[in-house]
Amino acid sequence: MHKISNVASQSPVVSLRNVHKSFGPLKVLDGVSFEVDRGEVLVLIGRSGSGKSTALRCIDRFETIDSGEIVVGSHRVSDPKLDLRALRQDVGIVFQSYNLFPHLTIEENITLAPCSVKGISKSQAKEQARQVLAQVGLEDKLHQYPEQLSGGQQQRAAIARSLAMQPKVMLFDEVTSALDPELTGEVLKVIEALAADGMTMVMVTHEMGFARGIANRVVFMHRGKVHETGPAAILTSPATPELAQFVGTGL
Amino acid sequence: MGGSLNANHLMFLGYGALWTIGLSLIGLLGGGIAGFIIALCRISPNRIVRLLSAGYVQLIQGTPLLVIMFLTYFGLPTLGVTVSPLTAAGASLTIYVGAYLGEIWRGSIESVPKPQWEAAEGLGLSRAQRMMKVILPQAMRIATPPTVGFMVQIIKNTSLASVVGFVELARSGQIINNSLFEPFLIYTIIAVIYFALCYPISRISRRLEMRSGPARLSLGTA
Repeated sequence: MHKISNVASQSPVVSLRNVHKSFGPLKVLDGVSFEVDRGEVLVLIGRSGSGKSTALRCIDRFETIDSGEIVVGSHRVSDPKLDLRALRQDVGIVFQSYNLFPHLTIEENITLAPCSVKGISKSQAKEQARQVLAQVGLEDKLHQYPEQLSGGQQQRAAIARSLAMQPKVMLFDEVTSALDPELTGEVLKVIEALAADGMTMVMVTHEMGFARGIANRVVFMHRGKVHETGPAAILTSPATPELAQFVGTGL
Repeated sequence: MGGSLNANHLMFLGYGALWTIGLSLIGLLGGGIAGFIIALCRISPNRIVRLLSAGYVQLIQGTPLLVIMFLTYFGLPTLGVTVSPLTAAGASLTIYVGAYLGEIWRGSIESVPKPQWEAAEGLGLSRAQRMMKVILPQAMRIATPPTVGFMVQIIKNTSLASVVGFVELARSGQIINNSLFEPFLIYTIIAVIYFALCYPISRISRRLEMRSGPARLSLGTA
């Protein structure tokens, strides 16, 4: 059911082709294929256990796949000889549980990877930390520790930390699931601003209203397969009864 | 024979107590270095390294320190390696303490929440960088109270060095008792000195544990 990309157009930033993955006897991904073009926002939706988070984690090689092919930019993710650290410099990932480093200030959280992975100078990294924090509206939290911030602020700081690596693609794994509606709003606003800036993004979310507003493409996963895919409009006029039922209960 | 307890005897005991402290420090330092290496080996990605280090820990934890002391002091000379009582006691403590601290520290490293590893991985940090900059600083906070608590065990275990003729506190008490024959008095003094060495450390350990309670909680949720 997935769209066949036009050969003449630029190659996609992320592409999954016929990806299979099992955890023991449990088949989590059963021939999943989709593509994300530059500047596009792809939203993965589906019930818990439908494989959407696993698909996302495979893109950053947090899970290895059994068969199929995953390509991110120039990285062949499914190749066992992949340069993992090079891949992760191009892919930013933000998790549901923020995962800021509790023993470091927000500034140190953000400058750690640019300094130790990319080898840029401390002063340059600090300047950059100010920029990315301003981008998420937290420039006054530079010298605070994560535990001094609210959940929404921590998640925005985690997004800033990823941005500081200047990734080509950002992955969001249910980043608002641990937040109340008010804090969810402030995080979603940051993601919207990123989308408006043309960042390529893949996100797993349960926020259907948000998905409708931001998605260029929606992938509905069901039992490890891409069950329905299309523009955001499929959320309001689904073609399959499963998606209709899902958005019916999801809204 | 003997006469009564005098200042010279007390000086001798004090000298023994200093060696107890010295031997404890040797055990802590040597065992600390060995323990750090063992902790890293226990979580190595290499299966053989993991198995070898686990075997070492099992072997040492299943052997009395007294027997390790006998082996190094009386066993090694039969293989042509003669060691002084200090070397034998220091080496035995290092071997013994290393196995225990290694396990304490392995547990501390593993109790840093898994998502912390993933976050560091996602940022492209190498394994060594993840360890040094993200995991170990958090593990150290978790490891401090049990490590300080274990120091009490080290101090008390140094008394076993008396069996290889090393004159630390317990041995110096034995020597004095051999001439004065006042076992109750002398061993009471020895016990009081051990207590005076250990009690402050136990208190520090207790206090560290209370302080790190909430800190550990915040590690879990962050």
